[in-house]
Amino acid sequence: MRRAVTLLSTLVLATTLLVAPGAFAPVQAQNPITKDGQNPMGAKPTADSVNEEFLFKNADKITGRVSIPDKKSQNLIQPQGREYQSFREGYLPWIGAAFILGMIGALGAFFLWRGRILTDDTQESGRKILRFNAFERFTHWMTAVCFIILSLSGLNYIFGKRLLMPLIGPEAFGALAQWAKYAHVYLAWPFMFGVTMMFVVWIKDNIPNRIDWAWIKAGGGFIGKKHPHAARFNAGQKGVFWMVAGFGAAMGVTGVMMLFPFALLDINGMQVMQVIHSLIGIVFIAGILAHIYIGTLGMKGAYDAMGSGKVDLAWARAHHDLWVEQEQAKTLSGPQIGGGRRHPAPAE
Amino acid sequence: MARMKFLCDADRCIECNACVTACKNEHEVPWGINRRRVVTLNDGKPGERSVSMACMHCTDAPCAAVCPVNCFYTTADAVVLHSKDICIGCGYCFYACPFGAPQYPRVGNFGSRGKMDKCTYCSGGPEPDLSVAEYEKYGSNRLAEGKLPLCAEMCSTKALLAGDGEMIAEIYKQRVIKRGYGSGAWGWKTAYRETVAI
Repeated sequence: MRRAVTLLSTLVLATTLLVAPGAFAPVQAQNPITKDGQNPMGAKPTADSVNEEFLFKNADKITGRVSIPDKKSQNLIQPQGREYQSFREGYLPWIGAAFILGMIGALGAFFLWRGRILTDDTQESGRKILRFNAFERFTHWMTAVCFIILSLSGLNYIFGKRLLMPLIGPEAFGALAQWAKYAHVYLAWPFMFGVTMMFVVWIKDNIPNRIDWAWIKAGGGFIGKKHPHAARFNAGQKGVFWMVAGFGAAMGVTGVMMLFPFALLDINGMQVMQVIHSLIGIVFIAGILAHIYIGTLGMKGAYDAMGSGKVDLAWARAHHDLWVEQEQAKTLSGPQIGGGRRHPAPAE
Repeated sequence: MARMKFLCDADRCIECNACVTACKNEHEVPWGINRRRVVTLNDGKPGERSVSMACMHCTDAPCAAVCPVNCFYTTADAVVLHSKDICIGCGYCFYACPFGAPQYPRVGNFGSRGKMDKCTYCSGGPEPDLSVAEYEKYGSNRLAEGKLPLCAEMCSTKALLAGDGEMIAEIYKQRVIKRGYGSGAWGWKTAYRETVAI
């Protein structure tokens, strides 16, 4: 019975096809596409088709749908990659060289002109006052060591292949760059922690005020012999503090974005992060070079503050007179000596 | 020497993804890495087109330019290859690539996202041709055997063309003239700074 029905329906279909061939023939007979791009189905392949030029008029990149979970692969063409290429290879090395060599040159010229800044001996010379306690020094040096390694490994991303690779060869440079990258990625965390700690510990002494303005107008003591008044930090040091806080935050945010690529941003966002990270990094390095200079070679007595933590009282009086007065007011009887503890009460 | 290029005729591509599968199989590409993919534009709308895309082996390749360790090199056939021994997995080539070609074995970058992997135009890497080391790192080397990339070779509609740039441009030109339309050589302007003039 079932076979009979199948046979019958096949026969009916065959008869229909034989009887009415005209219904199908025209479509098969003619070329489906005529000269003007029309076809009998009503579709206009030329006009309907999407094309690159049209899509780029509406958006700056061409995006579609893919059948794989990787969202990034939905971008078919993003010409911004070429712009990123021209920034990174065309401008960035020159900007980097200009800022860093410019700063080294400026510091060298300043050293030749001004020489090492010395402090006149007074009757307070030789006595010590605690400037930074052990915790402050630890935080500073942890951040500083991270910063130096981050700077060198960061500069390696720009200048390594230009300066180092020709010297040591591609294999050795590849291995070195790999370790530099690990260092850059992992030391970013203690660096960010250190910047946060320094911010918390020192912000109370770094709020700009009227004394800073007078300090700036007086040339900060760099020009001439007279020292303007300054509290614990002068306007220059406050500048370094706010630079580290601001640039540190910017480097941290852009850096974390690159540590977790595409977590929050698309491809263009990633490019912008890399551009910001590299530009600020270069200015940051140049700024810290000046900080290192004045804290070591540029000024006699300044290094002790972060070295032993105790500075010469004459130096402190000359550079941070208001702070010395403050500290002495705390103890009532002269400078604090030793680990920041007050003087033992005199024996009665 | 030939100047090897890819050209995807979007008016022929039927989004079968066989090129993707063939590539993965031929090179034993690890899970999560797609050297080639098919992107569908205007999906479900009139004029929908699909384009099979991988590394375009650009002229003045952006990936090679931005690489901080110069791990890229261009072969005599103008194929852009790289050395996984030198790559540090920084991800800059992905930011620079206009076509999203570079792939990484791991998604995150904490520590490392691993050595970059991308389309080799079926021509391996810096290791000796057809060696085991080359196969393990980069997949098979069909070019060394005198064959063209498998994705294009087995394309069922011959939408994906691979070979000398001038030759495949000529084939595409003939097709456009014959059928009366063509949506263009996708990505050529960005990759090669020229397009197929018809």
